[in-house]
Amino acid sequence: MNAQTLISFGRSLLPVLLRRGGQALAVGVLVGMLSFLMMRWLPGDFAYRIAAGRYGYDLVSAEAAEAVRRELALDAPWYVALAGWWQQLLAFDLGNSLVIGTPVIDEIRHQLGHTLMLAGAALGLSLLIGLPLGVAAGLRPGGWADRLGLLVSVALRAFPPFLLGLLMVIVFAGADLPAAGHGEAANLFLPALTLALGLAAGSSRIVREAIRNVLASEHYAFAQTKGLPLSLAVWRHALRNMALPVVAYLGVQLVFVIEGVVILETLFAWPGIGHALVHAVFWRDVPMIQGTCLMLALCFVLLNALVDLLCLALDPRHR
Amino acid sequence: MAADSFVPRRRALLLGLGALPLAACRPQGDLPAAVEADGQTLRLVGPWEITGLDPSRAGYLFSRTEISETLVDLDDQGHYVAGLASEWSVSADRLHWRFRLRPGARFHDGSPVSGAAVRQALAFARVKPGGLGMVPIERIEAGEFTVDLHLRQIFEPLPAVLAHSSTQILAPECYGASGSVRRIVGSGPYKLSLLEAPQRFAAEVAETWDGPAPAIRRLHYLAVGRGESRALMAESGQADVVYGLDPASWQRLRGNPRLQVQAVHLPRTIYLKLNAGHPLLARREVREAISLAIDRAGIARAVLRDESAAASQLLPPVLPDWHDPALAPLATDLARAGQLLDGLGWARGADGIRRDGQGERLALKLQTFPDRPELPVVAAAIQEQMRQLGIAVEVAIGNSSDIPAGHRNGTLEMALGARNYASIADPSVTLLQDFGSAGGDWGAMGWSDPALVSALASLQGSGEAAARAALRRQVTTTLQGELPVIPVAWNRLVAAVQPGLAGFSLDPFERSYRISRMRWQS
Repeated sequence: MNAQTLISFGRSLLPVLLRRGGQALAVGVLVGMLSFLMMRWLPGDFAYRIAAGRYGYDLVSAEAAEAVRRELALDAPWYVALAGWWQQLLAFDLGNSLVIGTPVIDEIRHQLGHTLMLAGAALGLSLLIGLPLGVAAGLRPGGWADRLGLLVSVALRAFPPFLLGLLMVIVFAGADLPAAGHGEAANLFLPALTLALGLAAGSSRIVREAIRNVLASEHYAFAQTKGLPLSLAVWRHALRNMALPVVAYLGVQLVFVIEGVVILETLFAWPGIGHALVHAVFWRDVPMIQGTCLMLALCFVLLNALVDLLCLALDPRHR
Repeated sequence: MAADSFVPRRRALLLGLGALPLAACRPQGDLPAAVEADGQTLRLVGPWEITGLDPSRAGYLFSRTEISETLVDLDDQGHYVAGLASEWSVSADRLHWRFRLRPGARFHDGSPVSGAAVRQALAFARVKPGGLGMVPIERIEAGEFTVDLHLRQIFEPLPAVLAHSSTQILAPECYGASGSVRRIVGSGPYKLSLLEAPQRFAAEVAETWDGPAPAIRRLHYLAVGRGESRALMAESGQADVVYGLDPASWQRLRGNPRLQVQAVHLPRTIYLKLNAGHPLLARREVREAISLAIDRAGIARAVLRDESAAASQLLPPVLPDWHDPALAPLATDLARAGQLLDGLGWARGADGIRRDGQGERLALKLQTFPDRPELPVVAAAIQEQMRQLGIAVEVAIGNSSDIPAGHRNGTLEMALGARNYASIADPSVTLLQDFGSAGGDWGAMGWSDPALVSALASLQGSGEAAARAALRRQVTTTLQGELPVIPVAWNRLVAAVQPGLAGFSLDPFERSYRISRMRWQS
């Protein structure tokens, strides 16, 4: 990379980083507040919910709930509790789980790793599935690959991840693939594939549009006119243009990933952040909810920033 | 072409950016070697998550897997046998109990299990839920290898409480300042080798164990919340033992020649808790009518897929001291139930729902919770059966704690729960909690019977065997006649086991997985 390109890339980098940094801060404040307030607005007695989470339905009783109320000072007004959380957060402390009792940050470190592994594998698989299908559809719009692709992606997108997950378990149960669990590479396959199918359903259509637009463009026509062989024309003049909308769409797909992860982790006994979030909501484990939501939100901003940077690197017009 | 020269570097940069999220993916913590069917590691799967290390929380997982021990143990019939305490004795006034610790018992850190360590563990257990808090303990004294419990009043079920997992004995180093448990160091045949809360842990044979060496050298436990997923793990051979099969999976796997499926009746009963303080439920006739309207055989067959699950009385046959075969079984008779309500002048309105004397529509709310997946389905069946009787029922599925909370603030109308009456091995302890003078969070509400309370209280004291049997009979007869709670079904524990595993059995008291009794068939 020559010096000038590097400088111009660096210059256009700064606004992206500033903007996303500001967003991260705003998102952190908002998510922390909102998850706290939403929990407060939910019906049901906190002390009883936490006691049920801790001791299970056999041992939850009014005495256990009152003991929890005393231990955690749940009678304190809400603003005291919220202020306490902010104070802790400023000291980079997410507090302790009210149910399990361990520091929230330790739980998240363990879970976020698993979730990112699942999400990363799903994104990778979705590209492996979505790219070739999209290219095949885009090269001959209206052909059988295109029409079949449309049908399958509408169907896959319409399936809730939970149902799709169950179907995958049943379909693959005979193939010696683990139905649930974690710790082995094979455990990753089914949840990742379930998630990837939904993602590929979307991205294959985007790839198809992108390919079509690029092939119809003047610069591609010119590349062909000047006599470049097909492979070189595609490599030099189509691929990068096509990559732009596909990469930008990855940012949009993150929403789908998070939604899917929350459901699928429970189904496949995958110890990720979605699984933890479902439990924490059920148990009213507020520090855990605030911590996981905060981390998810920050991941969101970070990954969107990465998508921005990738687009910036791919598209010289924005520099 | 100058431009070409930077393409590889640019590509490398792009690749690097793309790989960033993947690089962050490696989960923290030590991942153990893959858990495979290596003929060594026993792979257990169950629905129970590790919601905390504390004995009062998920500590039962560590006592079930024989990592930690309780002072007292139970044999298959529920009789007390030696655990960490090799023997015990009671003073003549029955207020002073001395437990002698097993000579040679050591914690997994190598330190001997001393009287002081036991005293500390029991002192922490007293202030946590689980049962020891109910025992009228005056003080606990520790000798070198003995522990003395001095009681304020006679409490005969003490060994039953000391067999409960919440009183398991952990090494002193496990407890934090306020009694919170930070790690698990027990004294059983297995020691914890991996812990990844909330879903899995592993254990291996402890060299400190003074008993016969177990044949199973290593075990791995995985919590899988979905019943369907658990059943599939059994079918695909991904687990050696799967606990907690749902009724549909049980029925399906029973026909699988590659699996042994075992079931055992639990001392756990699915029952309807009623607010007898509610104007519609105060009369005994109404409770009897509801009981007559419930088709227990139908629920057992269609929902639980187990004909023997229909409850004929509150306490199941697995508690032989408490199950009374002479009691007239609870019956289903919709016509008789209708007559009872007709007799009160509660006639049906145009919508088929009855009105009481004041013209009030008979509509009730039934609360239950999904932690036991069969409960919402049974609730739906009861809803329909009560509609046929002319009572409109709204089913609310919420959190298990809604039931004690509703009991305390008086808003509860009906609840469907599943109560383990031998959670403390002597059912009189749980029954006194549930049917005491103020009712109980999981028992009677707005109903009490002084004779029953006194009978249950007498059972906590000492007495001759015949007198105690008479008291028990009085308790069961009163509960059957007055129906402060309406029994619906008896629960089973079902497990699927790989055929290569020998010596497998299920503990009806759910205290142990009995892993040290199992072995691999060669």
